[in-house]
Amino acid sequence: MSTDSVLLEAKDVTRIFDVGKKQKLHANNDITITVHKGETLGIAGESGCGKSTFIRLLVQLDEPTSGEVLFHGKDITQLKGEQRRLNRRNIQMVFQDPDGSFNPKMKIGKIVCESLLNYGEIKPSEIDGTASRLLEMVELPAEFKDRYPFELSGGQRQRVGIARSLAIRPEILVLDEATSALDVSVQKSIVNLLLKLQKEQNLTIIFICHDIALLRSVSHRIMIMYLGNVVEIVPSRDLAKGDLVHPYTQALIGSIFSLDMDFNHPIESIESEMPSPLDVPSGCPFRNRCEKCIEICEKERPKLKAVGEGHEIACHLF
Amino acid sequence: MLNIQDITIQYGSHPVVEHFDLDVKPGEIVSLVGESGSGKTTVIRSVLGLLPGGGRVTDGDILFEGESLLKKTEAEMRRLRGTDISMIFQDSGAMMNPIRRIGSQFTEYLRLHKSMSMDEANKKAVDMLRLMRLPDPERVMRSYVFQLSGGMRQRVGIAMAMSFAPKLLLADEPTSALDVTIQAQIVRQMIQMRDIYNSAIILVTHNLGVAAYMSDKILVMKQGRVIEQGDRERILKHPQMEYTKKLIEAIPIMDGEIYVD
Repeated sequence: MSTDSVLLEAKDVTRIFDVGKKQKLHANNDITITVHKGETLGIAGESGCGKSTFIRLLVQLDEPTSGEVLFHGKDITQLKGEQRRLNRRNIQMVFQDPDGSFNPKMKIGKIVCESLLNYGEIKPSEIDGTASRLLEMVELPAEFKDRYPFELSGGQRQRVGIARSLAIRPEILVLDEATSALDVSVQKSIVNLLLKLQKEQNLTIIFICHDIALLRSVSHRIMIMYLGNVVEIVPSRDLAKGDLVHPYTQALIGSIFSLDMDFNHPIESIESEMPSPLDVPSGCPFRNRCEKCIEICEKERPKLKAVGEGHEIACHLF
Repeated sequence: MLNIQDITIQYGSHPVVEHFDLDVKPGEIVSLVGESGSGKTTVIRSVLGLLPGGGRVTDGDILFEGESLLKKTEAEMRRLRGTDISMIFQDSGAMMNPIRRIGSQFTEYLRLHKSMSMDEANKKAVDMLRLMRLPDPERVMRSYVFQLSGGMRQRVGIAMAMSFAPKLLLADEPTSALDVTIQAQIVRQMIQMRDIYNSAIILVTHNLGVAAYMSDKILVMKQGRVIEQGDRERILKHPQMEYTKKLIEAIPIMDGEIYVD
C-alpha cells in the first residue's frame, strides 16, 4: 500500500429490505471495513450474498438502513440534493455489462465525456479532443469516438466503460464483475489496464468478482461475504491453498477447476446451495453447510477476530 | 458413434466453421474450448440440425451410428432430438415456459417422446429430479421457473435431457452462469450421469479448467478451425500452438503471482 491513509470506511452498515408483509431480508449485516488510498479491495462470495447491495451503498445508489459510510471521514449516506450529486464524482462505478449502461444511440465520444459535460468541466465543443485523450488512456484508437456501442466487442466496450468512469477523475473506482463476461485473454488485458491506471493515478479500486483466484492476483485484501455477512477479510498474500482461512473461503477455493489440480481426485466442493437470505440460520450463517460445525455455531453468531496482520475471520474455530 | 467428417458451416456465404473433424465414442467426454465467436456452439448446433438463421452445413457429413444426420428429414430429426441426442444450455430456465409449472412441462416432454400414462410420467420426472439431487423433487415439480435458483434450473435441465438415457449429450456452457460451488456440483453430477447411462458428452466451454477435469479429449478452436487437439495432459502440459499457450497463461491460478504490492 502506498500510504496508510484511510479513504473510505464502512461502519456497521446494515441494509434491510422489506419483502412481503412481515418478512425482512438482511442483505447486509453490520459490515465494517476500511479502504486505504491506493488500495485494491476485492469482494467475493456467491450470488445473493450482498456484494452488489454493499457497493450500491458506497456509490450512493441506495441508502443503508443503519450504519455509516465515511468518505474522507465524512458520512456520505445522509447527503442530499446538490451535495450528494457533487460527491458522486468521487466514487465511480463500472458495470458487468456496459451494454446495459450505455445509450445505444449515443456515440462513444459522447458516452465517455457525458460525466464531464454533466459536471460542467468541458464545453460540447471540447468533446472531440477530450474523447481522444480518454480513449487513448484505455488503449483504444481515437477513431472509436465516432462509433456506436454495438460496433465494439465486449472487451472494447468494457474499456469504454472504464474510460467513462475515470473521466471525472474519481478517487475510488468500483468494478462490479467487470471482467466476468469476457474471455480469459481479454479479461487479462483489462486487468493489466486497471493495474496500469491504478499505478499512474494512485487509484483506489473496489473489485467484485466471483473468481477468487483472479481477485487474489489483483487485490491487496479480499473481503469474503456470505448471506449478507462478512466472514473473512484476508490479505491476498495470506490466501493460498492450505492456508488458514474460514471454512467457507476454503470451500470457494476448493471449488475452482484449476489447471494444476490433481485431476484424478474428485473436485472438492460443499454440497447444497446457499439458503435463502430470508431464512438465515441462527448463529453462524454458514453452519448448515459447514463440515466443521460445532455446538456453539448454532447458538452464537461469530464476530470478526484478528488472526494475523490485517487478517480477520468470523468463525468459532479460530 | 458420432463421426463429424470435415464439415464446413456457413451463414449466408460466410463460412464460420471450416474442415471440422471429430469422432466420439460411447461414454466419451469431448470438450470444445476457445474464445467467443470461435464456432464452438455452431458445431454442436449443427449436430442437432438446429443452426439459427440460414446457417447450413455446406460440405462434409455428420454420421450418427453410421447414418447421415444431414440427410434425415425434419420428422426423423425430431424423433432423435431429446431421446438419442439431447442438449442442455447455459440457462435451462430460458428454454422453459415461465408461466407453466416445471412438472407440467417435464411430463409433457416425456409423454411427447414415449407413450406413458400421466402417473408414470410424473413418477419418472420425480425420479430424474431426485437423481440430480434436487431437494424435495415434488415441490420442484410444482414450482415455476422463477422460483428456482440458477443451479436448480440447471439440474432440472439436465434431468430432462437425461430422461431417455441419450447416447449423446450436447452441453453448451452448462456451468458458465453458475457460482463456483454450484459449478463444481453440476460438473460432478454430469460425470455421474455419464457413468450411469454411458452417454457421450460434447461439452462447449470457455473454462479450460472444467474442460480439463471432465474430458477425455479437448479441441481448441479459433476462428472456426480446430487448431489443436489431444488429451488433457497434451493440451495443458505440452501445448504446441502459441494460441493454446496464451489461453492457458491467461487463466488466473490460486498459487499464482500477485500483481499489486
